[in-house]
Amino acid sequence: MLIFEQSRSGRKAFAQSPSVAADLSGLPESFIRKEKPGLPEVSELQAIRHYTNLSRKNFSIDTQFYPLGSCTMKYNPRGALAAAILPGMLNRHPLAPESHSQGFLACLHDLQEMLKDVTGMKGVSLTPMAGAQGEFAGVAMIRAYHDARDDDGRTEILVPSAAHGTNPATAVMCGFKVREVPVGSDGDVDVETLKTLVGPQTAGIMLTNPSTCGVFERRIEEIASIIHDVGGLLYYDGANLNAILGKVKPGDMGFDVMHMNLHKTFATPHGGGGPGSGPVAVNERLLPYLPTPIVGKDGSDDAPTYRWLTDKDIPETIGNLSAFMGNAGILVRAYVYATLLGREGMHRVGEYATLNANYMAKKLEKEGFQLAYPDRRATHEFIITLSKLTKEHGVNAMDVAKRLLDYNQHAPTTYFPLLVPECHLIEPTETESKEAMDEYIAAMVSILKEAESDAEMVRGAPYTQPVKRLDDVKAARELDLAWKG
Amino acid sequence: MPFIPHTEQDVQEMLDTIGVSSIEDLFDEIPPQLRAGELTQVPEALSEMDMMRRMRERAAQDEGALCFIGAGAYEHHIPAAVWDVTTRGEFMTAYTPYQAEASQGTLQLVYEYQSMMASLMAMDVSNASLYDGASGLAEAALMAVRANRKSKSRKILVPGSVHPSYRSALNVIVEAQNIEIVEVEWNPSTGTTLIDNLASFEGEDFTAIVIAQPNFFGQLEDVDALTDWAHAQKMLVVGLVNPMAMAVLEAPGNWGEKGADIVVGDGQPLGVPMASGGPYYGFMCCTSAIVRQMPGRIIGRTVDLDGKPGYALTLQAREQHIRRSKATSNICTNQGLAVTASTIYMSLLGPDGLATTSGHCYQNTQKLIALLTSIDGVDKAFSGHNFHECAIKVPAKASLVLEKLAEREVLGGFDLGVNYSDLEDVILVCVTETKTDTDLDVYKLALADVLNEINS
Repeated sequence: MLIFEQSRSGRKAFAQSPSVAADLSGLPESFIRKEKPGLPEVSELQAIRHYTNLSRKNFSIDTQFYPLGSCTMKYNPRGALAAAILPGMLNRHPLAPESHSQGFLACLHDLQEMLKDVTGMKGVSLTPMAGAQGEFAGVAMIRAYHDARDDDGRTEILVPSAAHGTNPATAVMCGFKVREVPVGSDGDVDVETLKTLVGPQTAGIMLTNPSTCGVFERRIEEIASIIHDVGGLLYYDGANLNAILGKVKPGDMGFDVMHMNLHKTFATPHGGGGPGSGPVAVNERLLPYLPTPIVGKDGSDDAPTYRWLTDKDIPETIGNLSAFMGNAGILVRAYVYATLLGREGMHRVGEYATLNANYMAKKLEKEGFQLAYPDRRATHEFIITLSKLTKEHGVNAMDVAKRLLDYNQHAPTTYFPLLVPECHLIEPTETESKEAMDEYIAAMVSILKEAESDAEMVRGAPYTQPVKRLDDVKAARELDLAWKG
Repeated sequence: MPFIPHTEQDVQEMLDTIGVSSIEDLFDEIPPQLRAGELTQVPEALSEMDMMRRMRERAAQDEGALCFIGAGAYEHHIPAAVWDVTTRGEFMTAYTPYQAEASQGTLQLVYEYQSMMASLMAMDVSNASLYDGASGLAEAALMAVRANRKSKSRKILVPGSVHPSYRSALNVIVEAQNIEIVEVEWNPSTGTTLIDNLASFEGEDFTAIVIAQPNFFGQLEDVDALTDWAHAQKMLVVGLVNPMAMAVLEAPGNWGEKGADIVVGDGQPLGVPMASGGPYYGFMCCTSAIVRQMPGRIIGRTVDLDGKPGYALTLQAREQHIRRSKATSNICTNQGLAVTASTIYMSLLGPDGLATTSGHCYQNTQKLIALLTSIDGVDKAFSGHNFHECAIKVPAKASLVLEKLAEREVLGGFDLGVNYSDLEDVILVCVTETKTDTDLDVYKLALADVLNEINS
């Protein structure tokens, strides 16, 4: 039932708004709203019960194993939330003077320093509000760099065919043409073809490493040379940073600019689709173009004072991407997470994420599932392909994903990357226990048997959720996007 | 090991299954010269107890002042229930509802949100959110260019009385698309955009105009006249509004003869804490005619195999994960949790509660204006009407006055001189329903005291 269907005229949560009407007599009639908005009229308890019950119709990290590949659904420490909602943090106005901001600015400055270290970069701007906005900032900086050198023939950005959809979409938003680079059968970029695609038109390349194929791009240094030799720059899509956190620094691989997804690698909550946070990091040559604002530090380490750096300090900046400081509260959570992990914990993230993925990959392979890249080490994630099952029993990757829900397991990412047919991209993360992964594997084994004995049943899954499979075609054709009463 | 559950025995069993002797072996495909050394700038770990001690100290440093700053972020009462329910793990730790059957909670909530927001704006449809108001305005500009097929100019009129940070973010984001932002002057005595200011653009091809209500100075624009003028010129109208104000002021869907075509703004006033600037969310509504040009996630109501109603992501063919380089935007993750809070907030306030709250913002602002302008040399900078912000002219440099107010634990507003060189003696002051008469008196006394000190 919708909240609107519980609405009764004259009902409300009386404790939540002033009890007497305001005096609007100074406002001319022409400015005033004539018809009330169609908001629900319910009691406080009705609202709470309704939304609490809705929450129970969700899978989440707190309630289920959620191995959604490329999304890094790891545990979100509650301590980070507790710190971020301390009154001094929660109630601080974004434009409060620096005299009333030193505590907040200190957290951001510390975070900038830590991110520089783990990325091997020279400068960080925390302001982008999600991975895709970080990508935008990064590619805009590449553009600014070439523009500043009057190198205006650079019209193309190279993107591997396996890349996240945001990469090509970002390149276009930044005014570039996209040229796709093929990926070889071992999951690595086809370097020989890449050599034929680069030239004076190359502005840069956007790469994820480990790639979306769940393998480490082994010839990354060679790729960096190829791009740099023709005057292009390398963009690192940090979506998969969890795999190498504390183990390899993107700056050392030859990347010039990158973004991080703090809602992945730094464990800030995914929130049912956001907010994320996508800070960017750059090496020396892109420092002048970092987006504002950035936190600067004056004075000694014993008595530091912090201040905002703006376009007055960074005159060549690409500018600001939000009204204030991006998703500040998420940055505070990420800072707390990094503080709780510390130096050693940071190294362990990449190690145990990799251990878990390789364990699951090997065990699923032993149970008869086909790995997309059986001769490669898995990184923090890996791909299985269910083509054989589809051919033999007519049960496809989506059917298996839906059936997993009946086993109380969240489905992995399906049909991505596009170049592996009938695929599941599985990312357990370091915070999952061996038992949780074993349960998932047991469910997969069981579904495999079901597919062999009763394919029709599997194709109809799920059966235990609040709804069965939904009619997506009807949703798109007969658009119903708002309740009309 | 914080957040890692493995026992030594687990690790050994897992390594045996994989067939390697150490975790280190799993990194054997990475060229050895690329392996990172020690992290020198990441300190040793703190326990949660020690971390909280540090964070309490830092948070306390920034606490305690009475805040009269608005300028895009607003202090409102947030019912305790809002974030209590929003931070339930089932909402907070889920992700984008790709598996619709296992995400009906989030999906139905967003459908309810879209319904509420569309109704509050008097528009047909709403999307599931964008990052914030400023980047939302940029997405609206890009959408307008796609939607207005009659216009070839890719030029958009934006009054100088639109939030300066919104205008600069807009420029940064649309610059590479060959979209030209043309600034419209505002009238110095009313602080608003008048038809006179637009006369010189008549007959020229523009794709759209942005109309802010209230505008950055807190002033109310003649939205009906501006909307009709723009439509007569075949432009699309992008309304940029404060959603709290829309409980009292006429909604964009009802502006002029035909109403706005696209509406954006920042949803922060509806139950989202100020939190140093985010996470907030950008809302976006439009008419049905151009919904397929909208960026971002959209939730639709449909039925399942048994004919039972259910909710799913829809119109995904617009989005980057399907269309890649031809997508309407590169946006992927949005601001779902902030939208969750706003949905619960709007349910708790209801139409009457929201109107009363909004009305008290207006009323308190009028009270403060009367108090402040009773001080010698202090006056309203503009004539006309305002909502919950007002540009106040003081007989000294605004920056100095604000600094001295802050010493007295009053954050007196935003220094308009930062962005407008003619307004160096003007403070943008905001009052919401959270301020009591005593708070307003504290401000007045502090300002009088500061001006005395400066003039003596």
